[in-house]
Amino acid sequence: MSLVEVRGLKVHFPIRAGVIFERTVGAVRAVDGVDLDIDRGTTLGLVGESGCGKSTVGRALLRLEPATAGSVFFDGEDVFAKTGEELRRLRRRMQMVFQDPLSSLDPRQSIGSILAEPLRTHDVVAGPALDARVRELLDVVGLPTNAVSRFPHEFSGGQRQRVGIARAIALSPDLIIADEPVSALDVSIQAQVVNLLEELQQRLNLTYLVIAHDLAVVRHISETIAVMYLGVIVEVAPSDTLYDEPLHPYTIALLSAIPIPDPEVEDRRERLLLVGDLPSPANPPGGCRFHTRCPFRQPTRCHDEVPALRELRPGHQVFCHWAEEVAAGQITPTYAGSVPAAEA
Amino acid sequence: MSLAELEQVQTSTEVESSGGLLREAVTRLRRSPVAIIGAALITLFVLVALLAPVLAPHSPTAADLTKVRPGSVPGPSAAHWLGLDEQGRDELSRLIYGARWSLLIGIVSTTLGVTIGVILGTLAGGLAGWVDGVIMRLMDIMLAVPGLLFAIGLAALLGPSLKSVMIAIATVNVPIFARLLRASMLSQRGSDYALAARSLGVRRSRITLAHVLPNSLAPVIVQATLALATAIIDAAGLAFLGLGSADPSVPEWGRMLAESQNALNTSPQLAILPGLAITVSVLGFTLLGEALRESLDPKLRR
Ligand SMILES: Nc1ncnc2c1ncn2[C@@H]1O[C@H](COP(=O)(O)OP(=O)(O)OP(=O)(O)O)[C@@H](O)[C@H]1O
Ligand code: SF4
Ligand SMILES: [Mg+2]
Repeated sequence: MSLVEVRGLKVHFPIRAGVIFERTVGAVRAVDGVDLDIDRGTTLGLVGESGCGKSTVGRALLRLEPATAGSVFFDGEDVFAKTGEELRRLRRRMQMVFQDPLSSLDPRQSIGSILAEPLRTHDVVAGPALDARVRELLDVVGLPTNAVSRFPHEFSGGQRQRVGIARAIALSPDLIIADEPVSALDVSIQAQVVNLLEELQQRLNLTYLVIAHDLAVVRHISETIAVMYLGVIVEVAPSDTLYDEPLHPYTIALLSAIPIPDPEVEDRRERLLLVGDLPSPANPPGGCRFHTRCPFRQPTRCHDEVPALRELRPGHQVFCHWAEEVAAGQITPTYAGSVPAAEA
Repeated sequence: MSLAELEQVQTSTEVESSGGLLREAVTRLRRSPVAIIGAALITLFVLVALLAPVLAPHSPTAADLTKVRPGSVPGPSAAHWLGLDEQGRDELSRLIYGARWSLLIGIVSTTLGVTIGVILGTLAGGLAGWVDGVIMRLMDIMLAVPGLLFAIGLAALLGPSLKSVMIAIATVNVPIFARLLRASMLSQRGSDYALAARSLGVRRSRITLAHVLPNSLAPVIVQATLALATAIIDAAGLAFLGLGSADPSVPEWGRMLAESQNALNTSPQLAILPGLAITVSVLGFTLLGEALRESLDPKLRR
């Protein structure tokens, strides 16, 4: 059994209008039917463009955002059924690391007090043992112990993210949801923080859901990657498989946007450019959600029929009517969506 | 939340919220000329108020009608630097003692207004839901009436006394602070650190009182400084209209201004001097308030 099982998760934000009598006139369908499984001790990478609903998935899992429909089971327990004290106890086991390390730390709290807060809240330790535990946490994430009495604004971005990570592991959780944990950091610091996350995973047997808008970041730390588009998952595959043999046109386009270091390969390959903007999640296209931008779109079916989940290889799931044909090269990208790399 | 819990929250807030940003803001304030001028004016004002018995050369209330005749009020002289008022009282001493009343009314009414406003704002911003709805509609109704008019009405209702002046000005301030704090708390409540605390299982009461509230107070502090200025003006206005202290010998700047009207042609200094005193003290708080606003502005930080 997976540690985390998400089934049919939907998060809709109502759009209200009217001055005195507010009415709900529609909904932003930020997450619109997502299934995910995360095995204990593994990392699932969740990737997609900005605004596709990745953060909302993460928040809904942690009950930080109310879900509209669906269920989440964590270690066999129904997360959405918990209330009050039960929910608080469950929270100890699931933690979050935020994208912006500065805004995720209370500017008026010292690092020591930030790290002590979760321990105090759950009465894990008290007195001198509390101080010792705080120092231990700092040590684990590679910060000096004198950080205890300092404030978040006195640190660099990478150090702040280490504080955020230390806070997340303070309660020895099973699951950590890292929402773009490195995208706000300097490129030179990113690798260090990713390495720290990996090292902690080994040491503490953590399970990760790592959210990123770019496939490159999650490739090495994820066993499995799920690609998200406009509120739905479009492809799930083991990390290497997804890179070597992507099946969904959206994944293919995302991958072709990553430059390849080898100049010869780079010259030969075709780059798929996505045309147009992400459609509004308040009014997503019918049929295949990607059809307004898909370079492989085929008449009628893509427009009329919602693609069903198909497991084309073991562990490789895709939501596309034409995945086999695209993979076999039987359908070529036929319109302005495709531009040879040389011209691009 | 039990009382014991509340206390616990409050003590831990104090321990944890010291330092950091506040220190930084103070450093920035010290480099701002506007803040320095404002602080200097306020210091002068406060010192004069506190040291009035030492500084004043004469009693502010001892009238000597033998020295004045209608239409002829003695001007500055060696014994009375700023001359006498219409009833033969030393003008300088009255001005000095007037600072006491202005400061007292300003501080008491602002403190009262801030305290009640902060409590209501915290309830509204922290509890949300129907509590928020009820409190905010009430505040809207109070705000619908122009401030000074509201104060005049209330002071007239309560009868002329310093207490009514303070209550009236405090009441006018309540909805301003409640709204300001609520808005500030709502935006802080959605912040990542509040979300982080929620995901750690920190109780809502603690998130509100220990995290959201302290981080929402900056605009309240700024507004409180500016409210002190307004309170001094409003107090003068109420006294001018005869709604100040019931005792006519109390040297309020507003009342001095009102009494000077009869002799405006012959002794204009009796109107100008209290006017100047009001202006200078108000300017001090306004300058400091504006400088504080700038130094606490998150956009200028980092
Ligand atoms: N509280 C909210 N109220 C209304 N709409 C929201 C809310 N939160 C998110 N949305 C909308 O839901 C959609 C998904 O947002 P989400 O933050 O999950 O995207 P994301 O994939 O994490 O993007 P990013 O890479 O920018 O973080 C967006 O269109 C966003 O505008
Ligand atoms: S179903 Fe059609 S539109 Fe959707 S991804 Fe596949 S080919 Fe493109
Ligand atoms: Mg996001």
